[in-house]
Amino acid sequence: MQGRPQDPASHRRQRVSGKKTMKILVPVKRVVDYNIKVRPKADGTGVETAGLKMSMNPFDEIAVEEALRLREKGAATEVVAVSIGVQQAQDTLRTAMAMGADRAILVLTEESPEPLAVAKILKAIVERETPDLVILGKQAIDDDMNATGQMLAGLLGWPQGTFASKVELADGRAEVAREVDGGTEVVSIALPAIVTADLRLNEPRYASLPNIMKAKKKPLETLQASDLGVDTTRRLTVVSVAEPPARKAGVKVGSVEELVEKLRNEAKVI
Amino acid sequence: MTVLVFVETEAGHVRQASRSAIAAASKLGEVHALVVGDAASVGAGAEAAAKIPGVTKVLKAGSDALAHTLAEPLADLLVSLAGDYSHIVAAASSVGKNVLPRAAALLDVQPIPDVLDIVDADTFVRPIYAGNALATVKSADAKKVLTIRATSFDPAPAEGGSASIEDAAAPAAGDTSRFVSAETPTSDRPELESARVIVSGGRGLQNGENFKTVLEPLADKLGAAIGASRVAVDSGYVPNDYQVGQTGKIVAPELYIAVGISGAIQHLAGMKDSKVIVAINKDEDAPIFQVADYGLVGDLFDVVPKLAAAL
Ligand SMILES: Cc1cc2nc3c(=O)[nH]c(=O)nc-3n(C[C@H](O)[C@H](O)[C@H](O)COP(=O)(O)OP(=O)(O)OC[C@H]3O[C@@H](n4cnc5c(N)ncnc54)[C@H](O)[C@@H]3O)c2cc1C
Ligand SMILES: Nc1ncnc2c1ncn2[C@@H]1O[C@H](COP(=O)(O)O)[C@@H](O)[C@H]1O
Repeated sequence: MQGRPQDPASHRRQRVSGKKTMKILVPVKRVVDYNIKVRPKADGTGVETAGLKMSMNPFDEIAVEEALRLREKGAATEVVAVSIGVQQAQDTLRTAMAMGADRAILVLTEESPEPLAVAKILKAIVERETPDLVILGKQAIDDDMNATGQMLAGLLGWPQGTFASKVELADGRAEVAREVDGGTEVVSIALPAIVTADLRLNEPRYASLPNIMKAKKKPLETLQASDLGVDTTRRLTVVSVAEPPARKAGVKVGSVEELVEKLRNEAKVI
Repeated sequence: MTVLVFVETEAGHVRQASRSAIAAASKLGEVHALVVGDAASVGAGAEAAAKIPGVTKVLKAGSDALAHTLAEPLADLLVSLAGDYSHIVAAASSVGKNVLPRAAALLDVQPIPDVLDIVDADTFVRPIYAGNALATVKSADAKKVLTIRATSFDPAPAEGGSASIEDAAAPAAGDTSRFVSAETPTSDRPELESARVIVSGGRGLQNGENFKTVLEPLADKLGAAIGASRVAVDSGYVPNDYQVGQTGKIVAPELYIAVGISGAIQHLAGMKDSKVIVAINKDEDAPIFQVADYGLVGDLFDVVPKLAAAL
C-alpha cells in the first residue's frame, strides 16, 4: 500500500509524469537449461550442475521480450538487464543484450543468493537506476521460488502485477492481466511498479547473429554485491537434497477392454 | 506456538486448498485463521472457517480494499497481525503465491514456498527443479512464512469445529493498485485441484473442438475435471487455468488420464503424484509411459471414444 514511511514511489511518480524517458529494468537469472533433468548429488548436499548447459531462465526471456516490445512501441525508452550471480552470468546478460537490451549490470556474488537477498540487491539497483517499471520472470526454474518480484515490490513499497499475461502502459499506470487459479484477472497499478511475466505474455525472439555480435560492444557494468551495502546472509540452510520417490513405469495394455478391466479390478479407481 | 493461516473462501465456503493449509499448520501448533473479503460477504466466509476442526480463532477483516485479495493491502494486513505468530501460512494458490512473499519481505523473512512436508517448526521439505529434487531446508528466521502444496496434506474437514470470530482492523483502499475485472468462468465440472479423476489433453488433441467432442464425453462418463498441457493452453485449445505442471496447477487425483501428452518434465512436475496414471499416446516411446501405471499405445481419436463407450 502507499503511505509507507520511506516510500520512494511518491516523488518518483511526479518525476515520471514530467519526463520523456521511461526506463525498464529486467532482472535475468542464469539457470540450468530447462531441457535438462537435474539429479541430486550422491552426498545429498545439492544437485549436480557441473558441466550442464546453462541458459537464461525461460520466464526472464519473456520478461526481456516484453520490455523490448514496450520500447519498440514507444512506451519505453531504455531497457536495462541485470543479473546477480557468478562471473558467467555475464553470458546471460549478453544474451539479453543480443535480444535487444540497451545495457547490462552484473552484480557479482559467490553463489546464487536466495530471493530475499536478490530482492535487497535489486532494491539497491533500483535506487541507482530509478526505473519506472521492473519486469521479472514469475519464477526461476531452478529454485522454483516464485518470490523475488513480490519481495522486491514489498521492499520498495511499489504495487505489483504478478503472473502477467498482458501488460499495457498508459497515463502513468500499467494495466496487467494476471493468470490466477480460476482464470484471468486484470489489475491497474500506478508506476513505478513491479510486473512478473507468465508464460503466455509473449513468445521471446531469438537473437540474430549480427545482434549477438553487436551485443558484445554494448556496455556491461560489473559491481560487487558487497559494495551495495546489502546483507546477503542466507536464511535457509539446505539440510539435504534427495531424489523424489520414483514412480516406476507400469504395464502397456493391448486394448481399451483390457484398460477398463485393469482400472476396475486391479487399480479399482473406476 | 500459534500459527496464522490465511484462508481463502468462496461463496461462503473454505477452499479445499486452504483446508490443506490448515491441516499442515495444525502440525505446528494452535491455528488462527484470517478470512478477508468485502464487508458484506466476509461474515459467511468467517463462519465457514470457524467450523473447521483445529481452528481456535478466526480473524475477519472486511473492506473494499480486501474484496479482491490484492497483494498490497493484504500483505500489509498480514504484517500488522504477524507479531503474535510463529508461522504465517497459506495455500500455494495464485493468491498465496502473490501475497505471502510480499509480506515476508516486509517482515525481513525468506519465505518457504510449496512446502510438501514439515519436519519440525524450522525445517521443511520443498520441491526444486520442477520436482526433480526435494530440498529439506532449515530456516534461521524467527518467524516463518510458508505456502503449502495442497496435494501433500489431506484437507482438514469442513465441519466439526466452533472457533470464536474476532474482527481485525481492515486497511483502507488505496489507489496505487486497483482491481479492474476478472474472467473466472465457472463450470459444472469439479475443480482441477480437488477432482478425484482428471482427463488431460495435449497437443495430440489438435484443436479446441476436439477437446469438446473427444475428451469431454470421456470426462463426463468419469465425472472428471479436464486438464491440459502447456502446448494445449498456448495453442488456445483451452483456457490457461487448465494447465497442469511446474508452472500450472499441481494435481494428485486418484486417476489421471493423459491423452496426447508427451510427458515433458514440466508437465510431470504437476501430476506425477497422482495415484494411478493412464497414458494414451500413439508414440510408444513417449516419456509419459515411464510414469504411467497403464499405457495404451494408439491413436487417441480411435481409442478415447471407445474408452468412453466402454465405461
Ligand atoms: C519454463 C517452462 C515451463 C513449463 N511449464 C509447463 C507446465 O506447467 N505444464 C506443461 O504441460 N508444460 C510446461 N512446459 C512445456 C513443456 O516443456 C512441453 O513443451 C509441453 O508439456 C508439451 O505439451 P504436449 O505434451 O501437449 O505436446 P508434445 O510434447 O508435442 O506432445 C504431444 C504428444 O501427443 C502425441 N500424439 C499426437 N497425436 C496423437 C494421436 N492422434 N493419438 C495419440 N497421441 C498423439 C504425440 O505422440 C506426442 O507424444 C513448460 C516449458 C517451459 C520452458
Ligand atoms: N540471481 C538473480 N539474478 C537476476 N534476477 C533474478 C535472480 N534470482 C531471481 N531473479 C529474478 O526473479 C525472478 C523470480 O525468481 P524466484 O523468485 O527465484 O523464483 C526470476 O525470474 C528473475 O527475473
